[in-house]
Amino acid sequence: MSKIKSLEELKNLRAKLQEKVDIREKGDKIEELIQVRIAMATCGIAAGAKQTMEDFITKMNEEGIKNVVVTQTGCMGYCHSEPTVEITLPNKEPVVYGNVNKSKVDEIVTKYIKNGELVDGIIPVAYETI
Amino acid sequence: MANYKMHVLVCGGTGCLSSGSGQLADNLKEVLKEKGLENEVQVLKTGCFGFCEKGPIVKILPDNTFYVEVKPEDARIIVDEHLIKGRKIESLLYKVPETKEIISDSKHMDFYKKQMRIALRNCGFVDPENIEEYIGREGYQALGKSITELSSQDVINIIKESGLRGRGGGGFPTGLKWEFTYKNKADQKYVVCNADEGDPGAFMDRSLLEGDPHSIVEAMAICGYAIGASKGLVYIRAEYPLAIERLQKAIDDAREFGLLGDNILNSDFSFDIEIKFGAGAFVCGEETALIQSMQDNRGEPTTKPPFPAESGYWGKPTNVNNVETFANIPAIINKGASWFKSIGTEKSSGTKVFALAGKVNNVGLVEVPMGTTLREVIFDIGGGIKDGKKFKAVQTGGPSGGCLTVNDLDTPIDFDTLLAKGSMMGSGGMIVMDEDDCMVAVSKFYLEFTVEESCGKCTPCRIGTKRLHEILEKITAGKGTSEDLDLLKSLSTVIKDTALCGLGQTAPNPILSTIEKFWDEYTAHVIDKKCPSGQCTSLLQYVVNPEKCIGCTACARVCPVNCISGKVKEVHFIDQSKCIKCGACQAACKFSAIDKK
Repeated sequence: MSKIKSLEELKNLRAKLQEKVDIREKGDKIEELIQVRIAMATCGIAAGAKQTMEDFITKMNEEGIKNVVVTQTGCMGYCHSEPTVEITLPNKEPVVYGNVNKSKVDEIVTKYIKNGELVDGIIPVAYETI
Repeated sequence: MANYKMHVLVCGGTGCLSSGSGQLADNLKEVLKEKGLENEVQVLKTGCFGFCEKGPIVKILPDNTFYVEVKPEDARIIVDEHLIKGRKIESLLYKVPETKEIISDSKHMDFYKKQMRIALRNCGFVDPENIEEYIGREGYQALGKSITELSSQDVINIIKESGLRGRGGGGFPTGLKWEFTYKNKADQKYVVCNADEGDPGAFMDRSLLEGDPHSIVEAMAICGYAIGASKGLVYIRAEYPLAIERLQKAIDDAREFGLLGDNILNSDFSFDIEIKFGAGAFVCGEETALIQSMQDNRGEPTTKPPFPAESGYWGKPTNVNNVETFANIPAIINKGASWFKSIGTEKSSGTKVFALAGKVNNVGLVEVPMGTTLREVIFDIGGGIKDGKKFKAVQTGGPSGGCLTVNDLDTPIDFDTLLAKGSMMGSGGMIVMDEDDCMVAVSKFYLEFTVEESCGKCTPCRIGTKRLHEILEKITAGKGTSEDLDLLKSLSTVIKDTALCGLGQTAPNPILSTIEKFWDEYTAHVIDKKCPSGQCTSLLQYVVNPEKCIGCTACARVCPVNCISGKVKEVHFIDQSKCIKCGACQAACKFSAIDKK
């Protein structure tokens, strides 16, 4: 990555990133992309979030689901129900699940990610963000 | 794809469960099965909705109807009227108490607008190790705007007008501090971020650094531009390895992208950041001790004046701000001072992040506008007290703060109101206590901490806190006297007036606050030699209840000190002078004949 040399360049980069142009350029169909975000702050890690991430990746490979991006994120604030995971299916609102252990991972992948069927354990969003 | 047309979300949070939401969910499933709808309507149990006062909560998707105070018997009417006939049940909808207005969608409820994340705006939305995600969410726009369109004084004015006050606990107006440092002329100035976060139970700064480190990097650069500094330092406690790792990556990535280093964005502004580690001392969270520690000296505070803005790191003008204070800066530059001022109270604008911990159901990180009441944070957002126990007190401000009681719950939170009630907002630690917590033991715990952490430089703190702790140990061991209580009060006042730095000056706060609000507990310990909440083991007695004891000898056999006497089939007796209060006898008794008093 070469250095950004002006505010104009920074603004252009932001615009590109917001439209996820990069992903389009790589050929992935962004409309069908599933996003899985796992809270990976100290509280999450202490509750086993690293294992949860591995379990997600393994299970999705097993089920042959390829149009998915699994990333880590910071504390979502639901420290009482770690590990927490946010899943955004294409064209749907994000859904946060709590207490995601191995069996919950299997349930989420086979029911929610594959079939769009909600499962128990949703954590309702409790805040606005600017 | 699933063929469910509707979803019924039933809150499975602790509060709602204890009001029957489990039974409600079962009933719903049963009625749906009866009507042959089990493949069209799905019943799901969720985590806590937060609106526990009005539980059990039910939310219907996709129409977003929000029902409150739903009883298990209401399952049938929900299925018949709402799910089958499509008619909302008015009696179950939420009515605003003051106006009686009916609100059917939670998006329009004030309750759900209670939390507002400004400092935490990116936490949970970006991968903290990916600078591009930060840039995609307005990242570094504020820095760009500052160095290309604004002058140093412009930036300072924006921060001054916003009313931002230090979030580390001091509450000093940030814009003013920046201006002082700006006005002091020197060949080198420094921007310091205080990431020491020593308060027990506080994790706001840790979460910010782990979840959105770029916001701190950007803010420090903006500060450097404003005050005329080209060097920044982050003093972070070594006990936060993940935060250190992510912050270092953020700094490295920012350099790579040309957002730190020489000639940022082709301007003549250069700024770089270095990380310095703490070594386990709470006192190094105090800015002058922090500066000493960064200079490789023992972390001991120095007298103020001179303030760091005038003479700080290596004697140069230094601006020290807390992590959360910095986290607000990019948002203020991007959205404007008047936007920030419109949130919160008149004298304390913006929001505050609290680390809600202790005996609440929903422990975690909450960010609320200033002016939100304690009741709203603890009972609404926090979901109330665990296990259905009674609220007793909330400790705010860490070892420098005090306790607030049931009478203070409707206090709107800001810098000045909590001070007026005998505590302080501090850096945001909020520890909730219930009926089983002993307030004398709580102040003993905090004194244990401050005795350990006192740097030893000044006599009032070094010796004074030790003496305070000894008296509290005496009291909780059942050996206290009324003279001890008088001494606690007078010694606390002397220490507050004479200690050199904030650690000593505020160390007696937990004692003064609990003595004032829980005087009965102190006198119970001293005069009656009893601990009302049952926590101080030395004051507990295990006593055999003669009406229930059948003389089975189970207790005597397990007693490790053989202090239980009695013949078979006769009431047994515990010798209190030998009893070590281990509780083995009570655990062994199958007739509930041993009481703990």
